[in-house]
Amino acid sequence: MSADQPHINSDADSATAKAPLTAVRAGLLNCHACGLLSRPTAHEAKRCPRCGAHLHSRKPDSITRTWALLAAAFILYIPANLLPVMHTSSILYSEDDTIMSGVIYLWTSGSWPLAILVFCASITVPLAKLIALTTLNWSVQRSSRWKQQERARLYRLVELVGRWSMLDIFVVALMVGLVHFRALATITAGPGAIAFGAVVVITMFAAMTFDPRLIWDPENNQDE
Amino acid sequence: MIDSHLIACHDCDLLLKPPSLRPGAVACCPRCGATLYREIKHGHERVLAFALAAVVLYLLANCFPIMSLEISGTKVSCTLVGAALALWNQGIQTLSILVMATTVIVPGLQLLILLYLLIPMQLRHMPPYVPELLRTLQLLRPWSMIEVFMLGILVSLSKLAAMAQVIPGIALWSFAVLMFMMTAVFAAFDARRVWRLLPVMQ
Ligand SMILES: [Zn+2]
Ligand SMILES: [Zn+2]
Repeated sequence: MSADQPHINSDADSATAKAPLTAVRAGLLNCHACGLLSRPTAHEAKRCPRCGAHLHSRKPDSITRTWALLAAAFILYIPANLLPVMHTSSILYSEDDTIMSGVIYLWTSGSWPLAILVFCASITVPLAKLIALTTLNWSVQRSSRWKQQERARLYRLVELVGRWSMLDIFVVALMVGLVHFRALATITAGPGAIAFGAVVVITMFAAMTFDPRLIWDPENNQDE
Repeated sequence: MIDSHLIACHDCDLLLKPPSLRPGAVACCPRCGATLYREIKHGHERVLAFALAAVVLYLLANCFPIMSLEISGTKVSCTLVGAALALWNQGIQTLSILVMATTVIVPGLQLLILLYLLIPMQLRHMPPYVPELLRTLQLLRPWSMIEVFMLGILVSLSKLAAMAQVIPGIALWSFAVLMFMMTAVFAAFDARRVWRLLPVMQ
């Protein structure tokens, strides 16, 4: 990546004191797929004239859909953390591992950098992501103008880090795939892993249905 | 009516005049700070080279075992598909599909689509279904998780090292290089350049 990030100077930029000129105010639709701006015609279905994608000025029912997905993720977050994600059985012992006990095991066995990493990816990130998206969706629903830049940055962070929560799913899959020494030791996946996988996927969808442009819309409508 | 001389920020809807950038520079939205686009230095022959290298690594990563485990004389090795199959056989099909999708199917589709687009374009020919495939490529992007999987390999390696002797396999190294190669592919691929070649219906 280049060190300098030139900012765009435009007429729209200098007009920030008043309501800035957005695509919606100009009566234009921005194609989410190819980035083409077009002026919708009234009589036909709104499709991008270049790539054919359906055009919406804002993602349809963004707030409601995001709430629904967040609610599902919050509910599943509980079994994801309480139920075992992995079951180890061997001739000497048999034990159930939850996500937290897996982290504690890594910590006590001396690999604390990995313990911190797994703790961040599996426990901190999913919870922080749920809280962040709830805050974003709630502030957008209230048409809040509070800290817009910070909220925009928070949204981009949520989009960026969400995928790393899949870490634990991959670890479980590899352990299950490798450890099946019939009599000696066998590892099986537990129900917690399904719930955890569902939380990761659902929060990724929640981040996708949330429309960051709604953060800025109260400003757009300020002189109306 | 088409306003091809303007763009709108995908994160805040601000209308902007896109500036022409020096190669390698990034255009950011002045209102919300989102990255609008970056001006990519090299042509698509570079992406094609990276993508072809990635295909080789992809095949190596999927055909060879990731690691082997040895407990009291018994040796077990495991490929990625093997791990997903083990989950399937345990009755946890949803997880099996999730693992397969994010590490095998999605990266494989991404590479196939890129090759389908780039090889004909090198020969100055536009293949059919370009808009649909570019949109698919964009849709697949968040679901390709090679780098997360790589970290998963490292974590399970250190967990397993405590209970048995672990021998890293060919696929482990292939995944590590594939991770960098996929990053290089998408850093060098300029979808905007392809979009601009497409006609706009009036
Ligand atoms: Zn389009
Ligand atoms: Zn913006």
